[in-house]
Amino acid sequence: MAYMKRSPWIIHYDGSSCNGCDIEVLACLTPLYDVERFGIINTGNPKHADIFVVTGSVNEQGRQVIRNIYDQMPEPKVVAAFGICACSGGIFRECYNVDGGIDQVIPVDVYIPGCPVRPEQIIDGIVRALGVLEEKLAKMKEDGR
Amino acid sequence: MSKQIVIPFGPQHPVLPEPIHLDLVMEDERVVEALPSIGYVHRGLEKLVEKRDFRDFVYIAERICGICSFIHGMTYCHAVEGVMDLPVPPRANYLRTVWSELSRLHSHLLWLGLMADAMGFESLFMQSWRLREHVLDDMEETTGNRVIQGSCKVGGVRRDISDAKLREIADGLEELRPQLEDLRDVFVRDSSVRHRLGGLGTLTEQQAWELGAVGPVLRACGVANDIRQTGYAAYDELDFTPAVETAGDCWARTAVRAEELFTSIDLIQQAAEKIPEGPIEVKVTGNPKGEFYARSEQPRGEVIHYVKANGTKNLVRFRVRTPTFSNIAPLVVSMKGIELADVPVVVLSIDPCIGCAER
Ligand code: SF4
Repeated sequence: MAYMKRSPWIIHYDGSSCNGCDIEVLACLTPLYDVERFGIINTGNPKHADIFVVTGSVNEQGRQVIRNIYDQMPEPKVVAAFGICACSGGIFRECYNVDGGIDQVIPVDVYIPGCPVRPEQIIDGIVRALGVLEEKLAKMKEDGR
Repeated sequence: MSKQIVIPFGPQHPVLPEPIHLDLVMEDERVVEALPSIGYVHRGLEKLVEKRDFRDFVYIAERICGICSFIHGMTYCHAVEGVMDLPVPPRANYLRTVWSELSRLHSHLLWLGLMADAMGFESLFMQSWRLREHVLDDMEETTGNRVIQGSCKVGGVRRDISDAKLREIADGLEELRPQLEDLRDVFVRDSSVRHRLGGLGTLTEQQAWELGAVGPVLRACGVANDIRQTGYAAYDELDFTPAVETAGDCWARTAVRAEELFTSIDLIQQAAEKIPEGPIEVKVTGNPKGEFYARSEQPRGEVIHYVKANGTKNLVRFRVRTPTFSNIAPLVVSMKGIELADVPVVVLSIDPCIGCAER
């Protein structure tokens, strides 16, 4: 993508990650990677967010929290699963309290594997998510919504 | 007495990177009681020992927590090596020490940043994380990964660091030192930081001890308790004194951690000087039988790994007591009487790592 048309705001939730992916997501905001210079902001309010970034897999107690955040986000919204845990359950797949990837609860648009995901991959993932966001927006316009 | 209300805090909250829920019983602006409830990141990984080979389980032990991952992996290895009576070669012990201290540096810088963010001191947050990248570069150059390294294994370590590289790391940290000193001075001396953190969430030495506080939370109350002094890995051959403060409040916890940055640098530099030549691993034959407790000092305090084995390739039981879990009881007590706006800062002051605590 040569230039970005939009500055998406993201909301991050940690399903049941080991923190490895979380701190890499945070590292993207800090001076070395600094996605904030593109206007990509990490917000705490689901109603402000365009992209839902989930790290870690789903467990019984987190299910409803993830659903709640997703339901509160305005359309169009994109879900990005960061880290192999969020994609499929990863190394913890066989644990008794892990149900698998985030797609068990909400539809996922972008899967970025890695354990943990590297900041470069995260930035790439956000750019991809932005592509999906554009598509969804175009679709909404077409449907006259 | 005015009316009491209950305010839910979390699980998804802007200052918390991880989900934890607190019910805050409030009287006007004051917290009367804080009731924690956890379980959002419980995975149940202790039970996976029944399915994985004890040698492969190191990978899972490392992923108990991504921040202090190396030390978890190492402590698990200590426990298994304890059961099997494996003599770890001295060079491997030194390398483990170097990586442990790099982990501590990165973890403390990460926490200092988060604390600055919780205080609303955005530029300080960015500064801390900028300096942290230097440490992560060292990690990546020596292990191939930034936050989860996979460099420890039962019987030693997976890869060597050349002596030239060790010296380079030691010199690099020496260059970083003045910048870290500036950072520490802001955390320790800056008047608005002192105003914000001084006298907040105070614990007495007696309380901290009785409630089982560990790590910087305990050391901030004047107790010089540091598991590194028990001399695991190569710590018995290196010289250091634990950082101690006496105020017992959030400021003291910050000061202890800021001071420990320099302890870590000293330890790495000493290790780079003293490291002996030799092999970096021993061959592991047979299966473990028996039980063992291994203890080590995480950035957040004492961690205990317990393993029980019956002579097969799978362990029978694996149990971890993490520092955050021990520090939740002192946290709840220290929250009594604080103002609502200070809750995020006090919660962060124990350096909560929920991923560890719930596993
Ligand atoms: S993908 Fe790996 S680093 Fe990320 S949360 Fe899962 S175990 Fe941790």
